[in-house]
Amino acid sequence: MSILIDKSSRVIVQGITGRDGSFHTQQMLSYGTKIVAGVTPGRGGESVHGVPVFDSVAGAVTATRANTSVIYVPAPFAADAIHEAADAGIALIVCITEGVPVRDALAAYHHVAALRERNGTARPRLVGPNCPGLISPGLSKVGILPGHICKPGPVGLVSRSGTLTYEVVHQLTRAGLGQSTCFGIGGDPVIGTSFVDALAAFEADPQTEAIVLIGEIGGSDEEEAAQFIKRRVKKPVVAFIAGQTAPPGKRMGHAGAIVSGGTGTAAEKMASFQAVGVPVARIPSEIPALVAEQLARRRGHRTSAPRRAAARKAPGPTKGRAKARPRKAAKGRPHRADKTRPAAGRLKRATPRSRR
Amino acid sequence: MNLHEYQAKELFARYGLPVLPGQMVTTPEEARDVAASFGSTVVIKAQVLVGGRGKAGGVKLAHTPEEAFEKARDILALTIKGLAVRKVLVAQAADISRELYLSIILDRAAKRPLIMLSAEGGVEIEEVAKQSPEKIVRRHIGLEGLRTYQARALFQPLLEDPKWVSQATEILMKLWTVFRENDCTLAEINPLAITPQGRVLALDAKVILDDNAEFRHREWDTWRDRDEETRGARLAREFGLSYVKLDGDIGCVVNGAGLAMATMDLVKHYGGEPANFLDIGGSSNPEKVTAALKIITGDSHVRAILFNIFGGITRCDDVARGIVQSLEASPLEVPLVIRLTGTNEDLARKILSEKGLAVTTSMDEGVRTVIARAQEVAA
Repeated sequence: MSILIDKSSRVIVQGITGRDGSFHTQQMLSYGTKIVAGVTPGRGGESVHGVPVFDSVAGAVTATRANTSVIYVPAPFAADAIHEAADAGIALIVCITEGVPVRDALAAYHHVAALRERNGTARPRLVGPNCPGLISPGLSKVGILPGHICKPGPVGLVSRSGTLTYEVVHQLTRAGLGQSTCFGIGGDPVIGTSFVDALAAFEADPQTEAIVLIGEIGGSDEEEAAQFIKRRVKKPVVAFIAGQTAPPGKRMGHAGAIVSGGTGTAAEKMASFQAVGVPVARIPSEIPALVAEQLARRRGHRTSAPRRAAARKAPGPTKGRAKARPRKAAKGRPHRADKTRPAAGRLKRATPRSRR
Repeated sequence: MNLHEYQAKELFARYGLPVLPGQMVTTPEEARDVAASFGSTVVIKAQVLVGGRGKAGGVKLAHTPEEAFEKARDILALTIKGLAVRKVLVAQAADISRELYLSIILDRAAKRPLIMLSAEGGVEIEEVAKQSPEKIVRRHIGLEGLRTYQARALFQPLLEDPKWVSQATEILMKLWTVFRENDCTLAEINPLAITPQGRVLALDAKVILDDNAEFRHREWDTWRDRDEETRGARLAREFGLSYVKLDGDIGCVVNGAGLAMATMDLVKHYGGEPANFLDIGGSSNPEKVTAALKIITGDSHVRAILFNIFGGITRCDDVARGIVQSLEASPLEVPLVIRLTGTNEDLARKILSEKGLAVTTSMDEGVRTVIARAQEVAA
């Protein structure tokens, strides 16, 4: 399992004939992603790396039953590409393009949201713009994340950044901590999928046992995520916030990474997570150990908690879990029982798929 | 991009917003002439892109042309929050009986434009928000836009005279048009003033434009203030790099904004002070690397330089070639520490080691090393 993308993802590439679109099509194909079509208006009938090119998304969907789109078209046309994909019935739209005007991103966001409301489902979903996309290691990659640094495993990772995500994934992999899905939601002020949406998806995903959230200065997405974790997320979360040394009023590369009017600082965001009992890494290299600790605690607890509950003659672990909330700050999370899942082995040989 | 007040007022005037006549000048003599042509009391306002100009002595009234000369001379000699004042706005002054605050800002969380209105104008809105948040009226603008009756309803509880209400309503409607048509992320009037004669005026103007939309606004390039742009900022813009200067001595060259921020944080964590934020972006051709080194070496405070590259899409060998080319063209006078990992890392290591340059693969080690080198230089 994974979130949003897996073996059933049938992907089209919008802007496949461009430099970036063509390069990453090749990268995605070699990772095993099912790329079923490309779209570039006026270039229908051609092929790129063996992938047939269509003039429109609607044409590509009719011919190939595509359900996912990844967008590499230049910024002035990217929002239009999102509208086109949504109107053609694409379920997951991943916009890689950087530099989309925020007014255009707003219009695309609201268009996708209106379609979702009309459908009465979670589809279509927009990811980005200005994001590296997603990778579910061993299954599929949609976007530009380098596949070779990932490996399958129990950690779900969500981030507003690109290369910082790679850095953390690389460190996790080297520590023996594989990933269910690595998910870059994008560095723009207005993006289609927020931390909260990603957390909800990871919480519902059986493979994911722990979540790493990598935030940065600007906006209030991290603060909302902290509140959501407090109410809805039972899996352990480890957070990191970039930009602790960023000066106020300066845009730090990402259009959305700016401290304005004294809000959106790293200190505020770190405090929000700590207040709900989420451990916050001070530096990236602290993340793997924090994740390992959380995983060990969660797994160790699965065997011990029901026993403790029985000793107390409590009705069962469900009640034990209810009692364990709300979480306490700083000391990490209280142990929780989970009687529905088998006990895990040692951390080092943790490959969830083999256990199912 | 932030606009100067005089530029924002020009934009406002184009949309029929009531701003008082004024002119931007760069010398005290011009200020005197402009004041003489107005024949009335004028206000001289420093044109620098920072807040708190008034408190810093950058806003002064002048009752005569001679006084305008003196006040302009004083203000043009000021440095406000590190920025030398090179321009002043000489504008007709108005008597004020009341001051309001009015702005439209992009609300990221709600994903809608937000109108903010306060009866407490003339002070920084952040202060009002902190001290008495109940005094700020907030209203989102929906997808269907803003209707006149909605704008009117905002002012009706605040202003007792219907004539004020109708003028203020018209101002808000026009401000919304400015916001919408010019890809603003902020359009602010503070103060929105009511004169004893009953006129409602935009006495100050602040506009922030969405840089991503520059491709469809040709005139924006002419609004960019080249005088306030440092050499580093200009080079960064020309080569498509993101650069923010800081006060430390460790120069950082990084690919990706998040990693660049995390690198600065790590420098600080290990007891150093970052000299800058610099993101060379995804596809790093050798020219970008060369430009990055030029920017950093242009900062005389830099005592050592760290490259932190995570090769994903960026190929490490490209960056390595850029470093070698750049060093051959102009050797560095400060130590260089290189951290490279990821795509084509081995090739990069080979290229660099042939030139006697060592490479580390750990970000923590790279940062600790560069701090140690900087301290050796200082000693």
